[in-house]
Amino acid sequence: MLKILSFKRQTPAEAAFGIFNGLLMLIICFLTLYPIWYVLVNSFNDGQDAMRGGIYWWPRELSLENFRAVFRSEGIMTAMGITVAKTLLGTAVHVFFTAMIAYAVSRRELIGRNLYMIIGTITMFFGGGLIPYYLLIRDLGLLDSFLVYIIPAMFSFFNLIIFLSFFREIPAGLEEAAKIDGANDLTIFIRVVIPVSMPVIATIALFHGVYQWNDYFTGMIYINNTDLQPIQTFLYRVVAQSSSNQMLAAMPSGVTINVTSQSLKLATMVVTTAPIVIVYPFLQKYFVKGFMIGSIKG
Amino acid sequence: MEPNAQVSVKAVSSQMGSTQMPSPQIGGPEAGSERWRRWLRKIYSQRYLQVMALLGVAWMIIFNYIPMYGIIIAFKEFDIIFPVSQAPWVGLDQFKEFLGDDEVWNVVRNTLGISLIKLIIGFPLPILFALLLNEVRSVLFKKWIQTITYLPHFLSWVILGGILATWLADVGIINKVLLALNFIDTPITYLAEPKYFWTIIITSDIWKELGWSAIIYLAAISSVSTELYEAATIDGAGRTQKMWNITLPSIKGTITILFILAISGVLNSNFDQILVLRNSLNESASNVIDVYVYHTGLADGRYSYATAVGLLKSIIALGLLLGANYITKKMNETSLF
Repeated sequence: MLKILSFKRQTPAEAAFGIFNGLLMLIICFLTLYPIWYVLVNSFNDGQDAMRGGIYWWPRELSLENFRAVFRSEGIMTAMGITVAKTLLGTAVHVFFTAMIAYAVSRRELIGRNLYMIIGTITMFFGGGLIPYYLLIRDLGLLDSFLVYIIPAMFSFFNLIIFLSFFREIPAGLEEAAKIDGANDLTIFIRVVIPVSMPVIATIALFHGVYQWNDYFTGMIYINNTDLQPIQTFLYRVVAQSSSNQMLAAMPSGVTINVTSQSLKLATMVVTTAPIVIVYPFLQKYFVKGFMIGSIKG
Repeated sequence: MEPNAQVSVKAVSSQMGSTQMPSPQIGGPEAGSERWRRWLRKIYSQRYLQVMALLGVAWMIIFNYIPMYGIIIAFKEFDIIFPVSQAPWVGLDQFKEFLGDDEVWNVVRNTLGISLIKLIIGFPLPILFALLLNEVRSVLFKKWIQTITYLPHFLSWVILGGILATWLADVGIINKVLLALNFIDTPITYLAEPKYFWTIIITSDIWKELGWSAIIYLAAISSVSTELYEAATIDGAGRTQKMWNITLPSIKGTITILFILAISGVLNSNFDQILVLRNSLNESASNVIDVYVYHTGLADGRYSYATAVGLLKSIIALGLLLGANYITKKMNETSLF
């Protein structure tokens, strides 16, 4: 009631501020979306025709040839497969492993709990740096191995803290009941804690899934075998090293001449980005909640 | 309630102590082994939890602490074909070499220049954006703005690099527009010129992270008590007054903590971003510490030298973190630790 009244009591200056603010927000939204829209319409345009430029709002010669070429290219599809595999497996392993450790240290009776937390906190503020880390990966035999995407990324102390603050809010009664039934702590974690922690699991899964999907660095420095490189590393080589040769080499034979390396690049970018862009709005309410937990805990 | 309860417990136990004089702390060898046995029993009863926690500790020892130990090669002359233990000690030679290198000042200038401009422009903008977004009345409109402005955060720097390369190419849209408006006579290849590099880096970073960085402030704003606003409304405060006098002070703690973290990160460039946008033509503006470490270490194979440069960076970053933490603690009693 009070809110409605105060809205009606707006002074002209405040109303003007509201309109100005709304316009500013619209401009920000436009500036955010347009660069992406520009890539999108160009990727749906005939490649040869797009070289003339001037396609700003809508495809001039609508064509799906670029996308057909992407899906027929063996190199791109192999890289895409690696990305999908590392994202699914990496996220599942990361969420389970990090949550499991967070659950263990969330239990107050755990002996050594403070020591474990100190060991973890130090890692947030100091590290060995790139070269010692590279030598470790080499010594572990993870160079040119698919596991380099999974094992070194299976834990994050930062994410552990987000899990921890969520687990502390779980009513102890839930666990007690399971304990009386004779369940051990691992079973309680899997059967009781995981099912009630879906909001935080969705948040961390999104964060880590996006990391796995977008990471090109791991594939760039630890992987030489091009059959094991993810799509982002493939695109990095095309974009940053401007090696259109790689793009052309990845083109399947028999592709129509209307597809240029530029239009193929844009279409690959669209295909690479689409899955994340489609998924994140559905998880928005979870990660906003995750941030709220974080900000309250400070 | 709490302190009172503690006092009464203490009173009861001291009464008991005066009447019976049992001292649980001091005991013979039997009492000691009894405690030991109880401790073992407790460990055994939480064996599942211990294994779960220790798996994490083991992971951190391998992936965090072994590389920290690996830093010793900064004080050696390490060659990749021999094990670290066989490498000869060279003391601080690697550090001296770095500080005597002609490239060092350029690298430090680029790193600090980009970071400080990011800090001055990029740090306040999400706060301002969150404050203004909070003033949007329509819940649906607000939600749409949020969804849209989060979008670029989910694009990788490789994709954004591809978008920028398309926009900034000599036949790209930026040149087309500037030519049409007669601001320039000939197309400019922006990514090939060092003088545009910092602007590109900073603008694209703000574009990508503005909405996302605002989430944490929006979360902090949403926990501000509505009673404060209602009281201010009754006192006749306008919208902007409430924004500056209630909302902003209420999120001061969040701002402080993020500021400490930002300060400690000034030697960190956004490696992912710069690696995508740098090239041999803009090198004089794009060579930052992280890129320098990557190149001298992994491309040129000067492992010890690159480790020394990286270590120097980590130590200064840690010092900045502790320093910023100390100063903000003195100033307004909010701090990280």
